[in-house]
Amino acid sequence: MDRPGLSLAIDTALVERLLVQFLREEIHSAGFTRAVLGVSGGIDSAVVAALAARALGANNVLGVLLPYRESTPQSEIDGILLCDTLGIRRDKVDISAMADGYISLAPKMDRLRRGNVLARCRMIVLYDRAASDKALVMGTSNKTELLLGYTTQFGDSASALNPIGDLYKNQVYQLARHLKMPEALVTKAPSADLFAGQTDESELGFTYEAVDRLLYLMVDERYSEDDLLRAGFELAFVRKIVARIASTQFKRVPPIIAKLSQRTVNQDFRYLRDWGR
Amino acid sequence: MDCRITLSQINPTLGNLTKNLELHVAEIEAAKSAGSQLVLFPELSLSGYFLKDQTSEIALRLDSPLLKGLAEQSRKISIAAGFVERSPEGRLYNSIGFFEDGALLHVHRKVHLVTYGMFDEQREFAAGDRFVAFESKLGRFGFLICEDLWHVSSAYPYFLADVDLLLVHSCAPGRDVAKNDDGELGSQRVWQTLLAAQALTTQTWVVWTNRVGWEDGIFFSGGSRVVDPFGRTFAMIEGLEPGRLDVHLTSRDMERARLMTPLRRDAKPWLLEQSLARHRTQD
Repeated sequence: MDRPGLSLAIDTALVERLLVQFLREEIHSAGFTRAVLGVSGGIDSAVVAALAARALGANNVLGVLLPYRESTPQSEIDGILLCDTLGIRRDKVDISAMADGYISLAPKMDRLRRGNVLARCRMIVLYDRAASDKALVMGTSNKTELLLGYTTQFGDSASALNPIGDLYKNQVYQLARHLKMPEALVTKAPSADLFAGQTDESELGFTYEAVDRLLYLMVDERYSEDDLLRAGFELAFVRKIVARIASTQFKRVPPIIAKLSQRTVNQDFRYLRDWGR
Repeated sequence: MDCRITLSQINPTLGNLTKNLELHVAEIEAAKSAGSQLVLFPELSLSGYFLKDQTSEIALRLDSPLLKGLAEQSRKISIAAGFVERSPEGRLYNSIGFFEDGALLHVHRKVHLVTYGMFDEQREFAAGDRFVAFESKLGRFGFLICEDLWHVSSAYPYFLADVDLLLVHSCAPGRDVAKNDDGELGSQRVWQTLLAAQALTTQTWVVWTNRVGWEDGIFFSGGSRVVDPFGRTFAMIEGLEPGRLDVHLTSRDMERARLMTPLRRDAKPWLLEQSLARHRTQD
């Protein structure tokens, strides 16, 4: 039984207000009025698109559908439904030609490498569309994915700003329901859609429900291993997640720079990104 | 004092206490084989340095099994090693322990925490509040941890307590690669000056172990060395690699230095009282 306060439940109205303000203020202070995001047909990009439409006006948000020839057609259908429900601008760039151009050079490429190539092709398109549209790229990785390292470095994890990176998957769903996202998006199984039949939970080997609760207690509430065992988690699961978080830390930090001088970028040359605005 | 000391310039693994303890044990064995009576490890030698949120996760109570295990190693050689100490009140300190004859004899908690530039120690640690000399079977010693050495008020109490040597350890990052005549890093020249100044003004042996290795782009520049009571470099480890330095130090050099220039005899610590009265509170 959870103690009072130990719950993933969020005040969705408050979170909506904060994230709308976050997007508006940070995008405007950077000198932009528009934002672009990849629309996958999943819940994360749906929530980000909805928040951006409220923050910037639907006209100032561009959702880009980025199908690959093996992507599930349903992803595109759901993506179109989302964009049209919100009234945001939408565009479609089929990445098959650009991705296959490289993949054909590497015939022995396994599924993991290919998934990373697709994610990075999408990043290239989004950043180029941001340049042509004078927009900033919004990230759509949630806290669960970020902590588990279930992202492609410089791929789907690349963005100028990310409104949902501090919300666990469970909390993204809470927000999605509050924002009245289309039911089809809320009820389908989460998937990176990098290969046929893929679902996040089968690939990860555990449910979002279980891992969200574990991550919340461990990261937010600072439960020790003993605390987590007392809370009913299995030791093997706890250790597996701890190891996974530690081994993917490289994805969550900027590249490390060899310090040679008195003052080194990211070490002791320290300013916010909002510096000078 | 007549003491054989090994400076153990190691590269600990960040946050891996078990692996670092194994490294300590191997170094202790090597120091024993070399005939040393004391081995000095670098700052936070059991834990690594830029621990951030790992600090509380790898903190050790003084009665922890790991420190007891290290104490066990001290039956035939005395050991000075660094670790994150968790006090009974739950505070975390950047501490150095002196282990002798199977027991923990003395602990110094870093007084001058560094919180500027690349450092953020006040975020991780509580500060120590004293410099207390202690009596080992090998002599009377005083501990200083890294930034402690930079403050003139740190070594002075040890000088007044007539210590035989100052044991200093650090995780001093190397920096400043500007071309210069002696071919040393700018940061190493600063340390050399600091160590020599303290040795000269306290007329005491200064033994300094600094670590090597990289942590997220920051390297620790080694150069561990011994400075004699005249302020001259007695011996040092060249280069940025792990290494050991075995030295034999006696009080005779201190006696000669103090015969030529009797600074301890002529010290007037009571003059400080009037000056300190004006600085009772933090200024």
